[in-house]
Amino acid sequence: MSKNKSRDLVLSVLLAAAVCGVLAYFQADTSKHSYAISIIERSAIYAVVAVAMNLLNGFTGLFSLGQAGFMALGAYVTAVLTIPVEVRSNVYYMNGIAPWLENLSMPMIPAMILGGLVAAAAAALIGIPVLRLKSDYLAIATLGFAEIIRAFLAAPMMDTITNGSYGLNNIPGFKNVFQPVLIAAVCIAVMVLLINSSYGRAFKAIREDDVAAEAMGINLFRHKELAFIISSFFTGVGGGMLAVFMRSIDTKTFQVTLTYNILLIVVLGGIGSVTGSIIGSFLINGGQEWLRFLDSPLTIGGVSIPLFRPGFRMVIYSILLMVVVLFWRRGIMGTSEFTWNGLFGLFKRKQKKKSPAGGEV
Amino acid sequence: MAENVLHVENVTMQFGGVVAVNNLSLDVNKGEIVALIGPNGAGKTTAFNVITGVYAPTNGLVSFKGRTMVENHPQGKMKNNYLGENAGKYEHSIVKTPDQITKMGIARTFQNIRLFKNLTVFDNVLIARHMRSKANFLSATFRLNGKEEKENREKTLELLKMVGLDGVKDEIATSLPYGKQRRLEIARALATEPELLLLDEPAAGMNPQETDELSAFIRQIKQDFQLTVFVIEHHMDLVMEISDRIYVLDFGKLIAQGTPEVIQNDPRVISAYLGVQEDE
Repeated sequence: MSKNKSRDLVLSVLLAAAVCGVLAYFQADTSKHSYAISIIERSAIYAVVAVAMNLLNGFTGLFSLGQAGFMALGAYVTAVLTIPVEVRSNVYYMNGIAPWLENLSMPMIPAMILGGLVAAAAAALIGIPVLRLKSDYLAIATLGFAEIIRAFLAAPMMDTITNGSYGLNNIPGFKNVFQPVLIAAVCIAVMVLLINSSYGRAFKAIREDDVAAEAMGINLFRHKELAFIISSFFTGVGGGMLAVFMRSIDTKTFQVTLTYNILLIVVLGGIGSVTGSIIGSFLINGGQEWLRFLDSPLTIGGVSIPLFRPGFRMVIYSILLMVVVLFWRRGIMGTSEFTWNGLFGLFKRKQKKKSPAGGEV
Repeated sequence: MAENVLHVENVTMQFGGVVAVNNLSLDVNKGEIVALIGPNGAGKTTAFNVITGVYAPTNGLVSFKGRTMVENHPQGKMKNNYLGENAGKYEHSIVKTPDQITKMGIARTFQNIRLFKNLTVFDNVLIARHMRSKANFLSATFRLNGKEEKENREKTLELLKMVGLDGVKDEIATSLPYGKQRRLEIARALATEPELLLLDEPAAGMNPQETDELSAFIRQIKQDFQLTVFVIEHHMDLVMEISDRIYVLDFGKLIAQGTPEVIQNDPRVISAYLGVQEDE
């Protein structure tokens, strides 16, 4: 038991070191690896939002589709506060900037946290009416609120803050690839700690059976609201990270399709599995890029295959998703988490299959 | 005189034009095992749901150790349609939610077992300790409540040992056999540190041997945890075996009360259960 524990610790440290090594390798020549870096950064950001969504959908059993709205709030707060004061007159050249905002600026991390807090505050307000609903109804209500947030940010009255349809640009980007990965790791670690705490257990109890949970003295509304607020906080932080990553945002960035992308990651990785969401995020973001060769014309033996043209990538991508969902109904990880034992178990099972006569393990 | 624990007074529950529970009054004293019985559709479960805060009664009062849990009077449309009695007696409209009632010290089980299905036996019981925890979500997340958490885990293990489930603590709850699931549900209720335990048809779906074991088990935990037990049951063997006193409900009205011997020989109870022979 303790031997396994120390082995797992060593393996985990090695894995972390390997990740750092790969990141350092990419960081060493950013111009050459800019493509890989952008995939890693985007995946890390989506992983944060996916885990936050999983906290709500997978662990508390609240099917919410408001992610894009909360991401928008986090993104706008972060963007508005981090655009350098010197270039603001350029960014807001059409609408002008609200006077109180002109010199209000802060570093990236505090701005992201503030963005998260704004998203959390919005969630607290929205949660009061919405969390009395269940399942599909909750999904539709949160979807509606996300659109309201987007419409609010795009409203002409907000032009001097959000710059309306011109969007915000000149947002300072990440200094290196370590920054977003580290922020993502911290966010996910905090959520994992929460999930494994007494509150996380209460969330799971609500997911499993809300009537029984209430009979165990768990105040349903308070705990649902708490899960909603915390999830929205990290979704907001994720939105802030996305703003920094993209360097320019407008309200079109935060349409419903963004929520669906996150939902896809959560379902693919396994509803109720944190590691599943992380793996799902890298697979989805990576997969969309790796399949790009399908968009370019392909010629085999002088015959050009007619299907290989722009757009074919998305067809294959969708088919692959369907295959995954059909064969792994509960996602790649189900509700279980990645463990070293599980990984070795996987190999052992495979070995067993190869040599059925081997008998002993 | 024994200390009163549960006091139900003039409770009427009316759904539309149907009076499911009519002017029910009963008392449960400290250290007793009291049963509420009655034929199908007599209103037992409705009465139970009022006591546990699932329904707000149309009229009446329920208190626990002198503290009002539920009090209501006919309101709105019900004002004109109310068919029960004592309509003007209660002024307040207090309805505690199930979680508040559990916090007061009343735990319950469910007729159709409601465990946290995909969680382990250990986690099922550990979750019930959350309510008594003083940590807020931040201190819990950052593990500042380590001592409390450790205590909760120890208490959970101790409780599982007492009910004989420590051997299966890492199993998924639904993988247990039926009898053990019942036991687990009761253990989970005990983990909330109740003074009063409410059991909703605990012997439902059990064979005679399992029922005997359950009787012994209920007696045992009553001793070990110094509980007062209020049980709703269909199973006469169990009720006659464990109860100190019995209330009999028929068509929403209380028709008899007393010790098991008195109830067994009460003609009204016999006719309610077996039907009245009109010729004789």
